[in-house]
Amino acid sequence: MKKLFTRFQEIVLLVSGWFTSIMVLLIVFFLFKEGIKIFGKKPVEEGFVMAVHPNNLVNSISPGMCKDIFDGKIENWERLGGRSYPIELATLEDIGSLYTEEEIGSEMEHLDSCFNDYINKHEGALISLPKSAVSSSFKGKIISVKKISLNSFIRGIEWFPTSKPVAQFGILPLITGTLLVSLGAILFALPLGLACAIYMAEITNKRTRSFMKPIVELLAGIPSVVYGFFGLVVIVPLIQKVFHLDVGETALSGSIILGIMALPTIITISEDALRNVPVSMREASIALGATKWQTISKVLIPYSLNGITTAIALGIGRAIGETMAVLMVTGNAGNLTLSYLKPIRTIPATIAAELGEAPAGGMHYQALFTLGCVLFVFTLAINIYINFVTKRRRM
Amino acid sequence: MDAKRKQQVVFTAIKTMSFLVVAILVIILGFIFINGIQVISWDFLTKMPEDGMLKGGIFPAIVGTVCLIFGSMLFAFPIGVLSGIYMNEYLKEGPIKQFIRLMTDNLAGIPSIVFGLFGMAFFVNKLGFGDSILAGSLTLAILAIPVIIRTTEEALRSVDKTYREASYALGATKLHTIKKVILPIAFPNILTGFILSVGRVSGETAPILFTVAAYFLPKLPQSIMEQVMALPYHLYVMATSGTDIEKARPLAYGTALVLIFIVLICNLAANIIRNRYTKTKK
Amino acid sequence: MIQIEKVNFFYGIQKALNNINLSVPQHSVMAFIGPSGCGKSTLLRLINRMNDLIDGTKMEGLITVDGMNIYDKKIDIETLRKNVGMVFQKPNPFPKTIFENVAYGLRVSGMSNATELKDRVENALIQAALWKEVEPVLHKNATNLSGGQQQRLCIARCLAVNPKIILMDEPASALDPISTSKIEELILELKLNHTIVIVTHNMQQALRVSDYTSFFYLGELIECNTTSEIFNNPKQDKTRNYVTGKFG
Repeated sequence: MKKLFTRFQEIVLLVSGWFTSIMVLLIVFFLFKEGIKIFGKKPVEEGFVMAVHPNNLVNSISPGMCKDIFDGKIENWERLGGRSYPIELATLEDIGSLYTEEEIGSEMEHLDSCFNDYINKHEGALISLPKSAVSSSFKGKIISVKKISLNSFIRGIEWFPTSKPVAQFGILPLITGTLLVSLGAILFALPLGLACAIYMAEITNKRTRSFMKPIVELLAGIPSVVYGFFGLVVIVPLIQKVFHLDVGETALSGSIILGIMALPTIITISEDALRNVPVSMREASIALGATKWQTISKVLIPYSLNGITTAIALGIGRAIGETMAVLMVTGNAGNLTLSYLKPIRTIPATIAAELGEAPAGGMHYQALFTLGCVLFVFTLAINIYINFVTKRRRM
Repeated sequence: MDAKRKQQVVFTAIKTMSFLVVAILVIILGFIFINGIQVISWDFLTKMPEDGMLKGGIFPAIVGTVCLIFGSMLFAFPIGVLSGIYMNEYLKEGPIKQFIRLMTDNLAGIPSIVFGLFGMAFFVNKLGFGDSILAGSLTLAILAIPVIIRTTEEALRSVDKTYREASYALGATKLHTIKKVILPIAFPNILTGFILSVGRVSGETAPILFTVAAYFLPKLPQSIMEQVMALPYHLYVMATSGTDIEKARPLAYGTALVLIFIVLICNLAANIIRNRYTKTKK
Repeated sequence: MIQIEKVNFFYGIQKALNNINLSVPQHSVMAFIGPSGCGKSTLLRLINRMNDLIDGTKMEGLITVDGMNIYDKKIDIETLRKNVGMVFQKPNPFPKTIFENVAYGLRVSGMSNATELKDRVENALIQAALWKEVEPVLHKNATNLSGGQQQRLCIARCLAVNPKIILMDEPASALDPISTSKIEELILELKLNHTIVIVTHNMQQALRVSDYTSFFYLGELIECNTTSEIFNNPKQDKTRNYVTGKFG
């Protein structure tokens, strides 16, 4: 009986031990299960199709073109490889206002004939109509909208997941926004963090160090939403004033806040790396008449370079995945820009801002999970890199 | 002499930058403290929000956060500690241990919003918990577990080998040795990790956005299947999307101060335990 | 060359050296012997002020090198350390190339001329009897060398900056007998142009390489004399007991 109990306890331990691995796999499974569904789908409203006049030469259009047409940027079929007709748009609402209730029917039972009528009369027509309105007598030509592919997803420059009739799922501006903010954060945090690490590990005495260490830990403990709030009420107005901008919610504000948040990671890991340099290295350098700074810059920093790169990688990882603070200070505009003084939008902020409004199972919902997959892949790559670096150091 | 001059200049720069780091923290804490302390009162801490969240207190958010801390730790602490024990005491160095460690590191590195996505897909939708304390706690628990595993492992590793040998030499089983000898010695350090993860869990926003947090819910939860307000989400709401952002500012400062206070207490407690323990060890 | 007068040294409140008086003549080899913990390494590290690196230490008394008080506030400590080189117990080459290891001391004192650097590095390696072995791998990482080679590299690194005095802290204790004898040969050669102080555990080694020997016990200098006197005709009982192997 006692043996059985021992065995049971050991099984509990075993299961707990594997818990994290199981969780990672579960996360991957659910993330990718939802995220992958978006590919191969047509980004048109559920239950709707696009149609043109039967004589039109165009057979398919891309989501981007479709959006340009609805935005009025493309006005002639010639641009799309058809004959020169001005494009005439019509959606369900347009039909509703063009035809009387009597013509459509009280339960829209004659909708098909209205669409049929419209398309016959307009050779440049492009209509978006419910599938139910497509009957065998429909004269228009159904054109296909190109499917979402990995390529169009990653290289698409517009993110309008709710625009109608064709949604835009291009995450390039989100990727550049994320990387821009993270890069800025590291540029801000690295010099400060490294200086602080050098100061604590090599220059100052024990007492100052024991005073600074808890401060760095506290900096790490402050919740990101508090950082975001601080950024919103202090950094954002400051940036706006200093650079005479219309809005202070910019990539720069995000970088500063993320930089502050990355400081503890960079300081702690670099300091550990510096302190782990064997005393014999220090002594060898000092005994040759090198000054303290020469010892630090020529021996200690090169020796602990692995640790410092780990710190940078972890800092970037944190910055890429950070959500709340960025959501609050970067303005969340999906601009494809490399300017630090414009509002941008990052991948995590997009998920946080939109998931609440995306109906579960819809294309928008799936697209947000795809963003989660992208984020996961980013951080996985960073983790594997760190694992590789630390393993090399151990050897 | 040239090298000496250079050293002087560089060291001055390094010192200035280090104090800038300290200054940043002092500014953030000071700013929120000065603005927040004015609204902190007994009423603020114990009343329901009123008047479109422009007046009143943050009581339901405090209760919600406490529920979430309690709920998540109920899952995370036992699993984390058991997993740490398994890793340090049972698994030998080898590919399996490396794999689990890599997975744990990966889990620790996953951005918090991804936990939110997963929590929504798995706990809320798949398991059908809906937006509830249960779903939120489980999501937060997964996020806290790697931290607890790591501190447990470190705590166990720092237990002197002689204790183990002494116990084995007396004929104790492995499990008995772990339970009766090693865990009590490692306990203060494990507790430190526990307290720090409480601090972390209390401030997380992204994982609870879609799993539990309510925008405005001026009542206390009756069961674990209900939504609650939570301090970090409440701060986010007050700061960005309240009915009148300017009027809500003071309340936001107050909420931020309460959040910082929780983290501060956790850090302080962890430090005290750590110091006390290292002293008695000597 | 080196004068040590009334030196006391403390780690915190613990006294590690008590009233040491000693002098080392130019171009000679002085050996410090004694049981471990007797303060011989501590004294050695006082001569190039390496103990400055340790917090909470205090030094009293006077140490002069070439007539100059090295604990004077005005002294340039980096210049002192260039004049008083040091070789450590364990070989500690930097994880850089062999060339960069030897060039390190020159570079930190501001030498940047490539040909001059090359000449000085080559000279130092020749002096340390290492040149022939490492010439083809000069730009390979120094940590690939064997332990004995690494230690001679550290000696070359020290020689490159032309020190007048070389302090050696049990330089052969981590090495095999063949490497040890190579180091000992080297010491006898270096004696012609340098003053050497060597701390050693190995009494045979002291006998082989040194002109003078000082015997330390519990932080005190028990006896200092020519090496032959110390080993053949010690004045103090403690010294006799130690050199004859009765304790230690």
